[in-house]
Amino acid sequence: MTAVLAVRDLHVAIYDRSHAINVLRGASLEVGTGEVRGLVGESGAGKSMLGRAVLGLLPANAVIGSGTVQFEGRDLIAMPEPERRNLLGRRIALIPQDPMTSLNPVKRVGSQIVALLRHHLALSKGDALERATELLVEVAIREPRRVLELYPHEISGGMRQRVLIAMAFACDPSLVIADEPTTALDVTVQRQVLQLVERLRQRHGAAILFVTHNLGVVAKICRTMTVLHAGRVLEEGETADVLTRPRHPYTRALLAATPRADRPAEALCPVPPALIESLWSEARRLDRQSAMAAP
Amino acid sequence: MRRGEFFRRFVLIPPTLFGVAAIVFVLLRVVPGDPIAMMIPPGASAADINRLRAFYGLDQPILHQFVAWFGQVLSGDFGRSISLHQNVFELVLARLPATLELALLATSIALALGLIVALVGIYLRGRHAEWLVDGGIGVLLAVPDFLWALILLLLFGVLIPWLPISGRIDPQIDVSFHSNFYLIESLLTGRIDVAAALLEHMILPALALALPFAALVARILKASLAEAEDQDYAQIARARGFSRPKILLREVFPNALIPTVALGGVQVTLLLGGTVLVERIFSYEGIGNMAIDAVINRDFPLIQGLVLTFAMLFIALNLAVDFVVTLLDPRLRHG
Amino acid sequence: MVELTLDHPVERPSRWIAGLKRGGARLWVGAVLVAVLVLVALLAPLIAPHDPLEQDLMSAQLPPAWVSGGDSAYLLGTDSLGRCVLSRLIYSARTAVAVALIAASLAAVIGITLGLVAGSFGGWVDQVTSRLIDVWMAFPPVLLSIVLAAVIGAGLTSVIAAIVVVDWTRFARVVRAETMVQLQRDYASAARVIGLSRGGILRLEILPNLVPLVVTLLAVEMGIAILVEVILSFVGISVAGDTPTWGGMIAEGRQIAYQAPWIMALPIGCIISSVIGFNLFGDGLRLALDPVQRR
Repeated sequence: MTAVLAVRDLHVAIYDRSHAINVLRGASLEVGTGEVRGLVGESGAGKSMLGRAVLGLLPANAVIGSGTVQFEGRDLIAMPEPERRNLLGRRIALIPQDPMTSLNPVKRVGSQIVALLRHHLALSKGDALERATELLVEVAIREPRRVLELYPHEISGGMRQRVLIAMAFACDPSLVIADEPTTALDVTVQRQVLQLVERLRQRHGAAILFVTHNLGVVAKICRTMTVLHAGRVLEEGETADVLTRPRHPYTRALLAATPRADRPAEALCPVPPALIESLWSEARRLDRQSAMAAP
Repeated sequence: MRRGEFFRRFVLIPPTLFGVAAIVFVLLRVVPGDPIAMMIPPGASAADINRLRAFYGLDQPILHQFVAWFGQVLSGDFGRSISLHQNVFELVLARLPATLELALLATSIALALGLIVALVGIYLRGRHAEWLVDGGIGVLLAVPDFLWALILLLLFGVLIPWLPISGRIDPQIDVSFHSNFYLIESLLTGRIDVAAALLEHMILPALALALPFAALVARILKASLAEAEDQDYAQIARARGFSRPKILLREVFPNALIPTVALGGVQVTLLLGGTVLVERIFSYEGIGNMAIDAVINRDFPLIQGLVLTFAMLFIALNLAVDFVVTLLDPRLRHG
Repeated sequence: MVELTLDHPVERPSRWIAGLKRGGARLWVGAVLVAVLVLVALLAPLIAPHDPLEQDLMSAQLPPAWVSGGDSAYLLGTDSLGRCVLSRLIYSARTAVAVALIAASLAAVIGITLGLVAGSFGGWVDQVTSRLIDVWMAFPPVLLSIVLAAVIGAGLTSVIAAIVVVDWTRFARVVRAETMVQLQRDYASAARVIGLSRGGILRLEILPNLVPLVVTLLAVEMGIAILVEVILSFVGISVAGDTPTWGGMIAEGRQIAYQAPWIMALPIGCIISSVIGFNLFGDGLRLALDPVQRR
């Protein structure tokens, strides 16, 4: 069975005035049908870049050195632009991070959802409106018809995030990339959002790549996980395994640094700088190796 | 803008106009320059001069004069022009439509041109050709309207004599108009030949007024489009499979309009102010041209009336622009 | 304990050089144009081939030397009274520069003082000043300057007065806004805590930060001053008598536009290059002096 998403040995670099900064160094991961995989790492580890590479939305000064990204067996990188645009938003969707800035402030909520539906599903205006209402009901928004008529600044942050989730699942995607969707929310809302995502995933049968730096979230919702650092995959596997029997020292250090209800605060220890330093020198060594190997 | 704010701005208009009127009034009378002396024929007797002076109330103390004048203004009487010997109100009203038509034509050209240049510029974003657009805008901005008027006059009036360089309409064409809105009237009544003749005379001054404003609109709009395109919601739209042109027009443009109208709208008053010189350069019979003559002739009542007219137009324009911004930005609407 | 010191001192290039680089082409081109203008103005008696007031009715309306009918003694031709166009252009530059310098400086002094006062005192002082600025700006600037110059009478003073009176608001508004912003910044509060008086704060903290802004405005203002002077002399109410001015030459040229277009065209060229020069210079200065590009 082909994986929904298969990233193999992806190398991405950002060019800043002829100075290359490697952001992904041979990262590989796979997401199967209906699988929920967590992608964890600290800021700057390359998580967002990986997500963007899948969506084909790397910044203009980024270059894909080598590697493949395959969606349901199709090569996303080599795909012509119109074909990729057909997939985005429909078969591959994004739940963005910041609900406050992810919706167009001058358009009503309803008009934004309807525009998406009509673009991909070619629905009539009336049908699209109906579907939009159903979607809002799915994400547990009361009075969906009223909300459709409102502007984004007239609804709360939590509601905006739900609208964004609704828009992600609107066209029954097979893959949803959730880019730290709970980071900008407070804890009580976080739980609701996670439950929502899980429920929608089950109903629509989508696979999810859950990008986050929060191990607690991963423990709750992701069945499998991948640990990323300096653009390299350090460890991956079933979440239960990785969190209870971590193999890589970095994973162990991350766990030791995560606050837990059953552990006193004094027991927290920061990730040792020596470890970070060694990981970075390893990364740079790999850079030099590949630079020498290149023609 | 909330209703309260709107109301407050409205209420502030009379005091502002009062301030403008007072300043002009005092300025004219405090500094040297005697209008009577300028209009008397040589050999007039002292008695004649005094009679004229009394007729125009110029022998009274300044405060008396101001109170008298302002009282008249409030009842709609702006006095009598010293140099043209006619009612100021009627004089201004007769020439105002010409200037309004010119300003309207110029603004339309400017908006269209600015829009096109901005859209081209944003489409070329990041590519080398973008420099051309930015450079072009810079050049257009550096040259003020009256210089454009002179250049256009030289280029298309003298060196390549395509277009006329003076007047509002060919004196040989004799059509009786009901109002003084020649262009609008001729278009409404289907007299295309007359409209064409009018446009021949109007196109150069309108273009001179339009070019700097167009450059300003283009610059602000392009910058706003760029800023809006970098916002999260525009980037996410790309993740949803919309093409860049579609995103620019559907999502980004309505957002970019808001700062453009807010910042650029105010500058329409500059365009209006530019009519003073541009009309002079092209001998176009509007209130701008009249204003220069009034000043040279020290025609106090006429100057006062014209300055007040301009001030009222400016204030009305500013209010209109603010209103439009409220329409465009839903975030401003609620109290 | 994590080591927080730097291993080696950070090398930074000189501030001047960094500034010059930031200024870019605009700074250089602008500086050259302004320099040429100032030099021509200063050296007028030395470089002008003829006395600008000298009339030679036998050689009236001669075209430039390279056009048929021209005379090499009059490189750029003559006007209706046989006066050398080139010499008149050069001496007009003198008037332009003199007016620009004096008027711009005066407008700056008045505008900055009022702006500082309004911005730092706040309260009713600010209210009154702002109302004053609003009323002032309700005037059509061109009309206002013409009215002023007309009633004061011809002469250098009236031109300068007209420019200053019309455009001091440009400095006042910007300085007021900037002062208010700066006063709210933390370093101003810190200065107050230390016990600096308001005047002290203004002098030591605010003014240095205003310098880049003011310098740019000055350059722009000089360009504007030149334009206003051109307008006034075009309308016929500028410096007295025969003193050559670009505006005056344009007015004369307008009358004989069909017969001798160069009399109108050449001053226009001078004006445009001067104004563009000041604008570019001002722009370049803004980029060079502002360590954080605000635009």
